[in-house]
Amino acid sequence: MTTTDRILAFITNRFPQAEISDVEDIFSLGYINSLFAMELVMFIEKEFTITIPNDELRIDNFRTAKAMTELVDGLRSAVV
Amino acid sequence: MAVIGVVGAGVMGIGVAQSVATGGHDVVLVDTSEEILADARAAIYRNCRMSRMMGGPTLDPDEILARVTTAVGLDALAKAELVIENVTENWEIKREVHAELDRVLPADTVVVANTSAIPITRIASVGSHPERVVGVHFMNPVPAKPVVELIPGFHTTPETLERTRDLLASMGKRWVDVKDASGFVSNRVLMLTINEAAYLVHEGVATAESVDEVFRGCFGHPMGPLETADLIGVDTILYSVEVLYEHYADSKYRPCPLLKQMTDAGLHGRKSGRGFYTYNS
Ligand SMILES: NC(=O)c1ccc[n+]([C@@H]2O[C@H](COP(=O)([O-])OP(=O)(O)OC[C@H]3O[C@@H](n4cnc5c(N)ncnc54)[C@H](O)[C@@H]3O)[C@@H](O)[C@H]2O)c1
Repeated sequence: MTTTDRILAFITNRFPQAEISDVEDIFSLGYINSLFAMELVMFIEKEFTITIPNDELRIDNFRTAKAMTELVDGLRSAVV
Repeated sequence: MAVIGVVGAGVMGIGVAQSVATGGHDVVLVDTSEEILADARAAIYRNCRMSRMMGGPTLDPDEILARVTTAVGLDALAKAELVIENVTENWEIKREVHAELDRVLPADTVVVANTSAIPITRIASVGSHPERVVGVHFMNPVPAKPVVELIPGFHTTPETLERTRDLLASMGKRWVDVKDASGFVSNRVLMLTINEAAYLVHEGVATAESVDEVFRGCFGHPMGPLETADLIGVDTILYSVEVLYEHYADSKYRPCPLLKQMTDAGLHGRKSGRGFYTYNS
Protein backbone atom coordinates (compact mmCIF):
# COMPACT_ATOMS: atom_id res chain seq x y z
CA MET A 1 0.00 0.00 0.00
CA THR A 2 1.14 3.52 -0.74
CA THR A 3 1.38 6.15 1.98
CA THR A 4 -1.85 7.72 0.69
CA ASP A 5 -3.67 4.36 0.77
CA ARG A 6 -2.60 3.72 4.34
CA ILE A 7 -3.80 7.15 5.44
CA LEU A 8 -7.11 6.84 3.59
CA ALA A 9 -7.63 3.37 5.10
CA PHE A 10 -7.14 4.81 8.58
CA ILE A 11 -9.70 7.55 7.94
CA THR A 12 -12.36 5.29 6.43
CA ASN A 13 -11.84 2.70 9.15
CA ARG A 14 -12.74 5.35 11.70
CA PHE A 15 -15.45 7.01 9.57
CA PRO A 16 -17.00 4.24 7.43
CA GLN A 17 -19.44 6.75 5.91
CA ALA A 18 -16.56 8.74 4.38
CA GLU A 19 -16.20 8.40 0.63
CA ILE A 20 -13.17 10.54 0.11
CA SER A 21 -10.48 11.15 -2.45
CA ASP A 22 -6.96 12.13 -1.55
CA VAL A 23 -7.67 15.83 -2.15
CA GLU A 24 -10.86 16.07 -0.13
CA ASP A 25 -10.69 18.37 2.92
CA ILE A 26 -11.79 15.95 5.63
CA PHE A 27 -12.60 18.75 8.07
CA SER A 28 -15.15 20.19 5.62
CA LEU A 29 -17.23 16.98 5.64
CA GLY A 30 -19.08 18.11 8.77
CA TYR A 31 -18.54 15.07 10.95
CA ILE A 32 -14.77 15.19 11.40
CA ASN A 33 -13.48 17.82 13.84
CA SER A 34 -10.06 18.89 15.05
CA LEU A 35 -10.01 16.21 17.77
CA PHE A 36 -9.45 13.76 14.91
CA ALA A 37 -6.38 15.73 13.85
CA MET A 38 -4.76 14.61 17.11
CA GLU A 39 -5.59 11.01 16.30
CA LEU A 40 -4.11 11.48 12.83
CA VAL A 41 -0.85 12.80 14.27
CA MET A 42 -0.57 9.83 16.62
CA PHE A 43 -1.45 7.36 13.87
CA ILE A 44 1.04 8.82 11.39
CA GLU A 45 3.89 8.92 13.89
CA LYS A 46 3.30 5.29 14.86
CA GLU A 47 2.50 3.91 11.41
CA PHE A 48 5.46 5.53 9.65
CA THR A 49 7.81 5.62 12.69
CA ILE A 50 8.51 9.33 12.37
CA THR A 51 8.27 12.29 14.71
CA ILE A 52 6.53 15.24 13.17
CA PRO A 53 8.38 18.44 14.14
CA ASN A 54 6.25 20.70 16.32
CA ASP A 55 6.12 23.49 13.74
CA GLU A 56 4.62 21.07 11.19
CA LEU A 57 1.71 20.40 13.57
CA ARG A 58 -0.66 22.68 11.68
CA ILE A 59 -4.20 21.76 10.73
CA ASP A 60 -3.44 22.50 7.05
CA ASN A 61 -0.97 19.60 6.98
CA PHE A 62 -3.78 17.21 7.92
CA ARG A 63 -6.69 18.42 5.79
CA THR A 64 -6.18 16.01 2.92
CA ALA A 65 -4.55 12.62 2.45
CA LYS A 66 -2.39 14.31 -0.18
CA ALA A 67 -1.07 16.90 2.30
CA MET A 68 -0.38 14.20 4.87
CA THR A 69 1.40 12.07 2.26
CA GLU A 70 3.65 14.98 1.33
CA LEU A 71 4.43 15.58 4.99
CA VAL A 72 5.21 11.91 5.65
CA ASP A 73 7.26 11.36 2.49
CA GLY A 74 9.19 14.57 3.10
CA LEU A 75 10.05 13.55 6.64
CA ARG A 76 10.97 10.01 5.64
CA SER A 77 13.31 11.12 2.87
CA ALA A 78 14.89 13.56 5.32
CA VAL A 79 15.63 10.64 7.65
CA VAL A 80 17.17 8.39 4.98
CA MET B 1 3.15 32.93 41.04
CA ALA B 2 1.47 30.47 43.34
CA VAL B 3 1.77 26.76 43.99
CA ILE B 4 -1.50 25.14 42.95
CA GLY B 5 -2.46 21.58 43.86
CA VAL B 6 -4.40 19.42 41.42
CA VAL B 7 -5.96 16.20 42.74
CA GLY B 8 -6.87 13.51 40.22
CA ALA B 9 -4.88 13.11 37.00
CA GLY B 10 -7.70 11.84 34.78
CA VAL B 11 -9.32 13.55 31.81
CA MET B 12 -9.97 16.76 33.78
CA GLY B 13 -6.95 16.82 36.07
CA ILE B 14 -4.62 16.60 33.08
CA GLY B 15 -6.31 19.55 31.40
CA VAL B 16 -6.54 21.60 34.60
CA ALA B 17 -2.84 21.01 35.37
CA GLN B 18 -1.86 22.12 31.87
CA SER B 19 -4.00 25.27 32.03
CA VAL B 20 -2.75 26.22 35.50
CA ALA B 21 0.89 25.70 34.43
CA THR B 22 0.27 27.69 31.24
CA GLY B 23 -0.98 30.48 33.52
CA GLY B 24 2.54 30.57 34.99
CA HIS B 25 1.93 28.73 38.26
CA ASP B 26 3.74 25.76 39.72
CA VAL B 27 1.53 22.69 39.88
CA VAL B 28 1.59 19.70 42.21
CA LEU B 29 -0.46 16.98 40.52
CA VAL B 30 -1.47 13.98 42.64
CA ASP B 31 -3.23 10.70 41.99
CA THR B 32 -3.19 7.17 43.40
CA SER B 33 -0.33 5.58 41.40
CA GLU B 34 2.93 6.45 39.66
CA GLU B 35 1.64 4.76 36.53
CA ILE B 36 -1.36 7.10 36.26
CA LEU B 37 0.93 10.08 36.87
CA ALA B 38 3.40 8.97 34.17
CA ASP B 39 0.51 8.68 31.71
CA ALA B 40 -0.68 12.12 32.77
CA ARG B 41 2.74 13.68 32.09
CA ALA B 42 2.81 12.04 28.67
CA ALA B 43 -0.70 13.33 27.93
CA ILE B 44 0.20 16.89 29.00
CA TYR B 45 3.30 16.75 26.78
CA ARG B 46 1.22 15.54 23.82
CA ASN B 47 -1.56 18.08 24.38
CA CYS B 48 0.96 20.94 24.61
CA ARG B 49 2.54 19.82 21.31
CA MET B 50 -0.87 19.84 19.65
CA SER B 51 -2.06 23.08 21.28
CA ARG B 52 -1.62 25.38 18.30
CA MET B 53 -3.14 22.86 15.89
CA MET B 54 -6.23 22.69 18.13
CA GLY B 55 -6.63 26.47 17.95
CA GLY B 56 -4.75 27.32 21.15
CA PRO B 57 -1.49 29.15 21.78
CA THR B 58 1.90 27.75 20.77
CA LEU B 59 3.23 25.98 23.86
CA ASP B 60 6.66 24.58 24.66
CA PRO B 61 5.84 21.18 26.19
CA ASP B 62 9.10 21.01 28.15
CA GLU B 63 8.58 24.46 29.61
CA ILE B 64 5.01 23.63 30.73
CA LEU B 65 5.97 20.22 32.16
CA ALA B 66 8.88 21.77 34.06
CA ARG B 67 6.27 23.54 36.22
CA VAL B 68 4.41 20.32 37.02
CA THR B 69 5.56 17.99 39.79
CA THR B 70 3.67 14.79 40.45
CA ALA B 71 3.18 12.76 43.61
CA VAL B 72 1.18 9.85 44.96
CA GLY B 73 -0.95 10.82 47.95
CA LEU B 74 -2.35 14.10 49.20
CA ASP B 75 0.45 14.95 51.65
CA ALA B 76 2.36 16.57 48.78
CA LEU B 77 -0.28 19.35 48.72
CA ALA B 78 0.61 20.92 52.07
CA LYS B 79 2.35 23.93 50.43
CA ALA B 80 -0.37 24.70 47.92
CA GLU B 81 -2.28 27.98 48.19
CA LEU B 82 -5.25 26.55 46.39
CA VAL B 83 -6.16 22.96 45.52
CA ILE B 84 -8.39 21.89 42.62
CA GLU B 85 -10.00 18.49 43.18
CA ASN B 86 -10.90 16.45 40.08
CA VAL B 87 -11.37 12.88 41.31
CA THR B 88 -13.94 10.38 40.07
CA GLU B 89 -17.60 11.50 40.11
CA ASN B 90 -18.54 9.19 42.94
CA TRP B 91 -19.70 10.39 46.33
CA GLU B 92 -17.69 7.87 48.38
CA ILE B 93 -14.47 8.80 46.57
CA LYS B 94 -15.15 12.54 46.75
CA ARG B 95 -16.03 12.25 50.44
CA GLU B 96 -12.82 10.41 51.32
CA VAL B 97 -10.64 12.79 49.34
CA HIS B 98 -12.22 15.89 50.88
CA ALA B 99 -11.92 14.41 54.38
CA GLU B 100 -8.23 13.87 53.76
CA LEU B 101 -7.79 17.34 52.23
CA ASP B 102 -9.31 18.67 55.44
CA ARG B 103 -6.59 16.85 57.41
CA VAL B 104 -3.56 17.76 55.30
CA LEU B 105 -4.30 21.37 54.25
CA PRO B 106 -3.77 24.48 56.37
CA ALA B 107 -7.06 26.24 57.17
CA ASP B 108 -6.47 29.07 54.68
CA THR B 109 -5.95 26.90 51.59
CA VAL B 110 -8.81 27.32 49.12
CA VAL B 111 -10.38 24.05 47.97
CA VAL B 112 -11.99 24.06 44.52
CA ALA B 113 -14.23 21.09 43.73
CA ASN B 114 -14.57 20.25 40.04
CA THR B 115 -17.65 18.07 39.73
CA SER B 116 -20.27 17.39 37.07
CA ALA B 117 -23.28 17.24 39.35
CA ILE B 118 -22.54 16.86 43.07
CA PRO B 119 -23.77 19.87 45.09
CA ILE B 120 -20.88 21.99 46.40
CA THR B 121 -22.51 22.45 49.80
CA ARG B 122 -22.54 18.69 50.21
CA ILE B 123 -18.83 18.41 49.34
CA ALA B 124 -18.03 21.33 51.66
CA SER B 125 -19.86 19.62 54.55
CA VAL B 126 -17.23 16.88 54.68
CA GLY B 127 -14.48 19.07 56.16
CA SER B 128 -14.27 21.47 59.08
CA HIS B 129 -13.83 24.58 56.86
CA PRO B 130 -16.81 24.75 54.50
CA GLU B 131 -16.10 28.46 53.99
CA ARG B 132 -12.97 27.71 51.94
CA VAL B 133 -14.67 25.29 49.54
CA VAL B 134 -16.05 26.47 46.20
CA GLY B 135 -17.23 24.77 43.01
CA VAL B 136 -15.74 25.34 39.58
CA HIS B 137 -17.24 23.29 36.79
CA PHE B 138 -14.48 23.24 34.19
CA MET B 139 -15.32 22.25 30.62
CA ASN B 140 -13.53 19.58 28.61
CA PRO B 141 -10.94 19.85 27.03
CA VAL B 142 -9.98 22.35 29.75
CA PRO B 143 -7.27 24.24 27.79
CA ALA B 144 -9.66 24.76 24.86
CA LYS B 145 -12.73 25.92 26.77
CA PRO B 146 -12.63 29.55 27.92
CA VAL B 147 -15.71 29.58 30.18
CA VAL B 148 -16.52 27.73 33.43
CA GLU B 149 -19.43 27.66 35.87
CA LEU B 150 -18.50 29.21 39.26
CA ILE B 151 -20.60 27.85 42.10
CA PRO B 152 -20.35 29.04 45.71
CA GLY B 153 -21.58 26.60 48.35
CA PHE B 154 -23.83 27.71 51.20
CA HIS B 155 -20.91 28.75 53.44
CA THR B 156 -18.39 29.91 50.80
CA THR B 157 -16.87 33.27 51.79
CA PRO B 158 -16.33 36.25 49.47
CA GLU B 159 -12.58 35.86 50.06
CA THR B 160 -12.63 32.27 48.81
CA LEU B 161 -14.52 33.41 45.72
CA GLU B 162 -12.11 36.28 45.17
CA ARG B 163 -9.04 34.04 45.28
CA THR B 164 -10.71 31.56 42.96
CA ARG B 165 -11.62 34.27 40.45
CA ASP B 166 -8.01 35.49 40.51
CA LEU B 167 -6.77 32.02 39.67
CA LEU B 168 -9.35 31.60 36.89
CA ALA B 169 -8.34 34.95 35.41
CA SER B 170 -4.67 33.92 35.43
CA MET B 171 -5.71 30.76 33.52
CA GLY B 172 -7.47 32.92 30.93
CA LYS B 173 -10.91 31.68 32.00
CA ARG B 174 -14.14 33.60 32.29
CA TRP B 175 -16.93 32.35 34.54
CA VAL B 176 -20.69 32.27 34.72
CA ASP B 177 -22.06 32.59 38.27
CA VAL B 178 -24.46 29.78 39.06
CA LYS B 179 -26.17 28.88 42.35
CA ASP B 180 -25.55 25.54 43.99
CA ALA B 181 -27.90 22.84 42.68
CA SER B 182 -27.04 19.33 41.51
CA GLY B 183 -25.88 19.48 37.87
CA PHE B 184 -25.73 23.32 37.96
CA VAL B 185 -26.97 24.71 34.62
CA SER B 186 -24.86 22.78 32.11
CA ASN B 187 -25.38 19.24 33.28
CA ARG B 188 -29.04 19.58 34.30
CA VAL B 189 -29.60 19.88 30.56
CA LEU B 190 -26.66 18.08 28.94
CA MET B 191 -26.79 14.88 31.01
CA LEU B 192 -30.50 14.44 30.30
CA THR B 193 -29.81 14.96 26.61
CA ILE B 194 -26.97 12.44 26.50
CA ASN B 195 -28.93 9.94 28.60
CA GLU B 196 -31.91 10.22 26.25
CA ALA B 197 -29.61 9.89 23.21
CA ALA B 198 -28.25 6.67 24.75
CA TYR B 199 -31.86 5.42 25.11
CA LEU B 200 -32.39 5.98 21.36
CA VAL B 201 -29.44 3.69 20.61
CA HIS B 202 -30.49 1.25 23.35
CA GLU B 203 -34.00 0.98 21.86
CA GLY B 204 -32.68 0.64 18.31
CA VAL B 205 -34.40 3.83 17.12
CA ALA B 206 -31.15 5.07 15.56
CA THR B 207 -27.44 4.31 15.52
CA ALA B 208 -24.99 6.53 17.40
CA GLU B 209 -23.83 7.91 14.04
CA SER B 210 -27.40 8.87 13.10
CA VAL B 211 -28.17 10.46 16.46
CA ASP B 212 -25.04 12.60 16.21
CA GLU B 213 -25.73 13.44 12.55
CA VAL B 214 -29.16 14.85 13.52
CA PHE B 215 -27.56 17.18 16.07
CA ARG B 216 -24.78 18.27 13.73
CA GLY B 217 -26.71 18.39 10.48
CA CYS B 218 -30.13 19.58 11.67
CA PHE B 219 -29.20 21.71 14.68
CA GLY B 220 -25.75 22.87 13.63
CA HIS B 221 -24.08 21.57 16.81
CA PRO B 222 -20.34 21.08 16.29
CA MET B 223 -20.59 17.67 17.98
CA GLY B 224 -23.47 15.28 18.62
CA PRO B 225 -24.40 14.09 22.14
CA LEU B 226 -22.84 10.64 21.83
CA GLU B 227 -19.46 11.78 20.53
CA THR B 228 -19.64 14.27 23.39
CA ALA B 229 -20.29 11.34 25.75
CA ASP B 230 -17.15 9.63 24.43
CA LEU B 231 -15.16 12.83 25.01
CA ILE B 232 -16.46 13.25 28.56
CA GLY B 233 -16.22 9.55 29.46
CA VAL B 234 -19.20 7.18 29.36
CA ASP B 235 -18.57 6.17 32.99
CA THR B 236 -18.55 9.83 34.06
CA ILE B 237 -21.86 10.35 32.21
CA LEU B 238 -23.41 7.41 34.07
CA TYR B 239 -22.12 8.61 37.46
CA SER B 240 -23.41 12.12 36.79
CA VAL B 241 -26.86 10.91 35.77
CA GLU B 242 -26.91 8.74 38.90
CA VAL B 243 -26.05 11.78 41.04
CA LEU B 244 -28.93 13.74 39.47
CA TYR B 245 -31.31 10.79 39.93
CA GLU B 246 -30.38 10.38 43.57
CA HIS B 247 -30.32 14.08 44.35
CA TYR B 248 -33.66 15.08 42.82
CA ALA B 249 -35.32 11.69 43.49
CA ASP B 250 -36.95 12.22 40.11
CA SER B 251 -37.45 9.39 37.61
CA LYS B 252 -36.78 11.71 34.68
CA TYR B 253 -33.08 11.17 35.43
CA ARG B 254 -33.30 7.36 35.27
CA PRO B 255 -29.93 6.20 33.88
CA CYS B 256 -30.04 4.32 30.58
CA PRO B 257 -29.11 0.63 31.02
CA LEU B 258 -26.83 0.90 27.97
CA LEU B 259 -24.64 3.40 29.88
CA LYS B 260 -24.39 0.89 32.72
CA GLN B 261 -23.44 -1.95 30.42
CA MET B 262 -20.87 0.12 28.57
CA THR B 263 -19.35 1.26 31.88
CA ASP B 264 -19.12 -2.33 33.14
CA ALA B 265 -17.63 -3.48 29.82
CA GLY B 266 -14.91 -0.84 29.96
CA LEU B 267 -16.28 1.10 26.98
CA HIS B 268 -15.52 4.44 28.60
CA GLY B 269 -15.07 6.47 25.40
CA ARG B 270 -11.95 8.19 24.09
CA LYS B 271 -9.95 7.61 27.26
CA SER B 272 -10.32 3.81 26.94
CA GLY B 273 -10.16 3.67 23.12
CA ARG B 274 -13.80 2.69 22.65
CA GLY B 275 -17.22 3.99 23.60
CA PHE B 276 -20.02 4.73 21.15
CA TYR B 277 -17.17 4.93 18.62
CA THR B 278 -13.76 3.28 18.35
CA TYR B 279 -10.55 5.35 18.58
CA ASN B 280 -6.94 4.67 17.80
CA SER B 281 -4.66 5.35 20.70
N1 LIG C 1 -14.89 14.42 31.84
C1 LIG C 1 -15.49 15.59 31.72
O1 LIG C 1 -15.79 16.01 30.60
C2 LIG C 1 -15.80 16.41 32.93
C3 LIG C 1 -16.17 17.76 32.75
C4 LIG C 1 -16.37 18.56 33.87
C5 LIG C 1 -16.26 18.02 35.15
N2 LIG C 1 -15.93 16.69 35.30
C6 LIG C 1 -15.80 16.18 36.67
O2 LIG C 1 -14.41 16.20 36.99
C7 LIG C 1 -14.13 15.11 37.90
C8 LIG C 1 -13.05 14.23 37.27
O3 LIG C 1 -13.56 13.69 36.06
P1 LIG C 1 -12.62 12.97 34.98
O4 LIG C 1 -13.39 12.93 33.73
O5 LIG C 1 -11.29 13.57 35.01
O6 LIG C 1 -12.56 11.50 35.60
P2 LIG C 1 -11.46 10.37 35.33
O7 LIG C 1 -12.10 9.09 35.67
O8 LIG C 1 -10.87 10.56 33.98
O9 LIG C 1 -10.30 10.72 36.39
C9 LIG C 1 -10.48 10.64 37.77
C10 LIG C 1 -9.11 10.49 38.42
O10 LIG C 1 -9.23 10.58 39.84
C11 LIG C 1 -8.29 9.69 40.39
N3 LIG C 1 -8.59 9.35 41.77
C12 LIG C 1 -9.56 8.54 42.26
N4 LIG C 1 -9.48 8.47 43.59
C13 LIG C 1 -8.44 9.26 43.98
C14 LIG C 1 -7.84 9.56 45.24
N5 LIG C 1 -8.31 9.05 46.36
N6 LIG C 1 -6.78 10.41 45.25
C15 LIG C 1 -6.28 10.91 44.10
N7 LIG C 1 -6.81 10.65 42.88
C16 LIG C 1 -7.87 9.83 42.82
C17 LIG C 1 -8.38 8.48 39.47
O11 LIG C 1 -7.25 7.62 39.63
C18 LIG C 1 -8.45 9.15 38.11
O12 LIG C 1 -7.15 9.34 37.56
C19 LIG C 1 -15.45 14.38 38.12
O13 LIG C 1 -16.07 14.86 39.29
C20 LIG C 1 -16.26 14.74 36.89
O14 LIG C 1 -17.63 14.67 37.11
C21 LIG C 1 -15.69 15.89 34.22
